[in-house]
Amino acid sequence: MLNQLTISELAPRLARREVSAREVMQSCLDQIARVDGKIHAFISHNDADALTQAEAADQLLAQSGRDAGRPLLGVPVAIKDVIAVKNQPLNCGSKILGRFVSPYDATVIEKLKAAGAIVFGRLNMDEFAMGSSTENSAFGATHNPWDQTRIPGGSSGGSAAAVTADETIAALGSDTGGSIRQPAALCGCVGLKPTYGRVSRYGLVAFASSLDQIGAFTKDIRDAATMLAVIGGHDARDSTSVPQPVPDYAAALTGTSPDGPIVKGLKLGLPKEYMVGGLDAAVKAAVDAAVKQFGKLGAEIVEISLPHTDYAVATYYIIATAEASANLARFDGIRYGARVDGADPIELYGRTRGAGFGAEVKRRIILGTYVLSSGYYDAYYLRAQKVRTLIRHDFLKAFEQVDAIVTPTSPTAAFKIGEKSDDPLQMYLSDIFTISCNLAGICGVSLPCGFTQNPKLPIGLQLLGKPFGEEILLRLGHAYEQSTPWHREKPPL
Amino acid sequence: MAAAEIDVKYVAHLARLALTPDEERKLGAQLDNILGYIEKLKELDIGTVEPTAHAMPLVNVTRPDEIRPSLPHEDALRNAPARANGLFIVPKIVE
Repeated sequence: MLNQLTISELAPRLARREVSAREVMQSCLDQIARVDGKIHAFISHNDADALTQAEAADQLLAQSGRDAGRPLLGVPVAIKDVIAVKNQPLNCGSKILGRFVSPYDATVIEKLKAAGAIVFGRLNMDEFAMGSSTENSAFGATHNPWDQTRIPGGSSGGSAAAVTADETIAALGSDTGGSIRQPAALCGCVGLKPTYGRVSRYGLVAFASSLDQIGAFTKDIRDAATMLAVIGGHDARDSTSVPQPVPDYAAALTGTSPDGPIVKGLKLGLPKEYMVGGLDAAVKAAVDAAVKQFGKLGAEIVEISLPHTDYAVATYYIIATAEASANLARFDGIRYGARVDGADPIELYGRTRGAGFGAEVKRRIILGTYVLSSGYYDAYYLRAQKVRTLIRHDFLKAFEQVDAIVTPTSPTAAFKIGEKSDDPLQMYLSDIFTISCNLAGICGVSLPCGFTQNPKLPIGLQLLGKPFGEEILLRLGHAYEQSTPWHREKPPL
Repeated sequence: MAAAEIDVKYVAHLARLALTPDEERKLGAQLDNILGYIEKLKELDIGTVEPTAHAMPLVNVTRPDEIRPSLPHEDALRNAPARANGLFIVPKIVE
């Protein structure tokens, strides 16, 4: 079935006109009609618009065939509901935006469109990307494609579930503390969080501006390389995007050898702080086996230490909530979104925000406001920023020794819907392995590395790389995929 | 070390967030729990450490001060909850 194919499988067939973009798009829409009632990955999708885009792609394919400038020509890509697509709804999984329709395209969307992609659908997410389970959506929870009584991870749970369930060929998400990598791990697809500044955030609704980064969900590592090459690059409209050239990520998969990926000689760090308490036995076994596999492929495994690991979650929940409390001040019922009237502006703001935001968003706004408030700033926010320095230095020091770091993505496989929703702190602690990456500003990718038994649930392997070290991560991930079957497994839907 | 008790009502006012008494109670308990966990940062000696606001410090990012195309007026207003005469309508601020 066409919807199960990867970008690298589809592109040549589209170019040879063996299949049409319309057929590919239709097969994704058919799959959505068949399975989305079970998993609820999409908040909405406009089928007529998607098919119109597909027909336009077919016309271009008829005229020019394969086009190096349009690597995604005719490929459906679905979008997390936090990224602006012109004339499509944008809700961030929240009630507060009402019937908001984006007046412009995010930079990543401009780039996808320029590359020929069919940009369709609004993917479900935790409200304002705050959560690890996609239960905090005003549009209802997303369910894991492998077991519909379980969460898909979050906050980009819709993106991970849609790619895993073959409802789309690829998807975009955003990652502030693991929101791409953790759902990719729990659903069983590839999720890439680029280095901070690699991808423009223009048109991404801000949660925590010093941590947020857009990235791709794909069915394999090769497609992640293709997507990053399209969406990466400097953007004058995002002053935090870094003016660093975009390398040929696809070429990086195999390095310089025509015989296949070169992993030999790469040093892979195994942080001792990540293989301790709370780590599920099946996850540990799968990650241990993956590390052995990297050894077989020729990588040198080195034990390393990231001594401040234990402080990352606390640091993150100060910095992320502080930034969020400022960023979400804009949702006040004045310029857009739903409004609840009041006698004066203060009452209007309070009522609008009280009615529009869900429980987790309120919790984080209150926490963020508190840690920034007079008398507490030094004790919480400034201290957290200093600990962030220590965490970043841990990584920079480790990367003097190793080329990449390997860890589990999540301490457990997907948990049950409702299991952690009444205990915010337990939910926060499920991000323990992904959060440091954002604080340090480095890159990371999660890829499938096995399954638990009874029930069969995916396990994710996380590779962390130096700032702008995506090429090495992709090369390692590709080599691993070539020698293991996990990424080809499909959920029983 | 115990965390400071959080005055949810006061902080909610600072955040312009109207909460029900039930929400205040629930949030208060949850935030005390989270702040208790955050106390662990006090174990660390951070005396001489510089704070990190951004992992990728780019400084003085500027562009030429030139007029560029921007969002058309109508597009900027199209999501407004209340509008008239090309303006956003807000509650009366000055009597």
